[in-house]
Amino acid sequence: MSLNLLDEALDGGGGGGGGGRVILIEDCVETSGAFVVHHLLKRSLSNPHSSDVVVFLSFANPFSHYERILRKMGCNLVIQRDNKRLLFFDMLMLKRDKGKKGEDLLLALYGEVQKAVEVLSREGIQHITVIIDDISLMEVDANGSSNLVLDFLHYCHTLTAQFGCSLITLNHEDVYSTVDRPALLLQSEYLADVVIKAEPLATGLAADVHGQLTVVNKGLRLDGSGNSSSRIHNFHFKIKETSVDYFYPGSQLK
Amino acid sequence: MAEWICRTLRDGGLEGEHAPALLIKDTIRCPLSSFVFDHVLSQLSSFILSNKSQSKGIVLVALSRSPLYYQQFLKSKGYDVVHSPCWIQVLDCYSDPLGWKSKLVESGGILNRDPGSSVTTSLCKNVRDLDNLFSSIIEIGKELAGDGKGRFVVAIDSVSEMLRHTTVSSVAALLSNLRSHDQVSCLFWLLHSDLHETRATAALEYMSSMQASVEPMALPADGQIGNSMNLSLMEQNFRRGKFCVRVKRRNGRVKMMFEELCVEISGIRFAPVSSEDNVIAQSLVPKVQFNLQLSEKELNDRAKVVLPFEHQDNGKTTQIYDGRKSLIEGETEIHEKVNSSGKGEIIYFRDSDDEMPDSDEDPDDDLDI
Repeated sequence: MSLNLLDEALDGGGGGGGGGRVILIEDCVETSGAFVVHHLLKRSLSNPHSSDVVVFLSFANPFSHYERILRKMGCNLVIQRDNKRLLFFDMLMLKRDKGKKGEDLLLALYGEVQKAVEVLSREGIQHITVIIDDISLMEVDANGSSNLVLDFLHYCHTLTAQFGCSLITLNHEDVYSTVDRPALLLQSEYLADVVIKAEPLATGLAADVHGQLTVVNKGLRLDGSGNSSSRIHNFHFKIKETSVDYFYPGSQLK
Repeated sequence: MAEWICRTLRDGGLEGEHAPALLIKDTIRCPLSSFVFDHVLSQLSSFILSNKSQSKGIVLVALSRSPLYYQQFLKSKGYDVVHSPCWIQVLDCYSDPLGWKSKLVESGGILNRDPGSSVTTSLCKNVRDLDNLFSSIIEIGKELAGDGKGRFVVAIDSVSEMLRHTTVSSVAALLSNLRSHDQVSCLFWLLHSDLHETRATAALEYMSSMQASVEPMALPADGQIGNSMNLSLMEQNFRRGKFCVRVKRRNGRVKMMFEELCVEISGIRFAPVSSEDNVIAQSLVPKVQFNLQLSEKELNDRAKVVLPFEHQDNGKTTQIYDGRKSLIEGETEIHEKVNSSGKGEIIYFRDSDDEMPDSDEDPDDDLDI
């Protein structure tokens, strides 16, 4: 798999194989960050370490949605699910089945996640990635209690410390734009090692550029090389049918 | 100055006084306070291990980072946390702050696995119960400090997490109780101030005798991330910041001090605020193709220009324009000058005596344009 600018930005600051990282993707209505989730999902599954496993908590879309998109990107989620490399929790279904709400729902969900992670780590799986799509919809399931969502995220964070899991979450920035101090957003930024922001261009719409990504790498300890590599990367992207082009502002598209 | 803070914490409080308390705060724009917290922790550890400190041990209340992290951090600083006689104990409020895990273990959902840290002593399963937390801290501290009058340090990482679970008043009560406890030598805690209301931050600042805040060196001009200048400013803010310390003396005097803080691979470095700011500012000036600097010759030439101020006159009589006659005189003079010297000159006639000599007020101020 060839590296693109996004991969370089993610690996540059914090030792790619180290794991245990928390990645937060922030997007807005004008520029959806869903493609970053798809990219990271594919990246986790098509890693050369073939034992990596993804635990996917979907509050936003059913399995078939991701399956169609990832198939176009060259990654078959059905096979990955059958090989037990993708554990997909469809929260739209789970809620209907169990009839739980609020704290009970999230507590039960956390129990499922930790159980899965425990089983996997006992089987000797080195690297587990937990992906949550997305946090604002989880807040809806938590009856609007952002504190409860933060509790859930905190417990997921303990998994990164205990089992070396990675945690990838998506959240929407403009949902909180009227709030004076968006505690949920800020707190998850404090929690994250890497923040990826998807925004529209400051200059407005453009035909060849769909938006810009800013990757902020907060991690310092894993950067053992000693040189001060750049920790903030900013580049433009264009979403195509089967892939995404990443390029620096002003550079030519190939 | 950071050293001075550590020394103050090391020396602890006097008999019959509240223990010195340090509040370390930051915002998301420059989130470096956890490095400061680690620095203070490591400094106090070295003081305690070399018996220079009033206190005998540290009780670390971990809410936002795992005990394992602290174990690795102290190890990386060269402290033997496994074998040496125990001087630090972590009260683990991180692993299971709300008792979710123990509930799940009871119901058979998950296994009970030890986090595997050698410094942990006890697990707190309900951080909402601050009374219980207080008694656990004191209990652990007493074990560390030994019986009698031994004292210990309390470190809390972070109070922001506590405030999320409980109210400001109960957190303030906990801190106040700790400060006034006989055996607490000093305490310090971490706060992300932008997560809370201003009144919560202010209340906690009143509880402390020293406040260290990490502030960004420079803020981006507007919210836009796009332009390269703001990006480099943001990047600076993740590495270095302004370290502002406010100290409340016993007599009520408040003192402010500033220092520069720089985070490096090997640790954190403090430096006096220096002209390095200017160096950064210069390197941040966007590279343009115009030459903004003057050469030496240009500087000299500029210094030679005589501006038309009357006080620079060399003994000539001051001319005031008061009619046709003097103007004609002036004109002839100009012609002579230009003819004789061949140099340019700025000539200015004062309009009338109403105008003050060399005033810079707008002569057309009264016009209604």
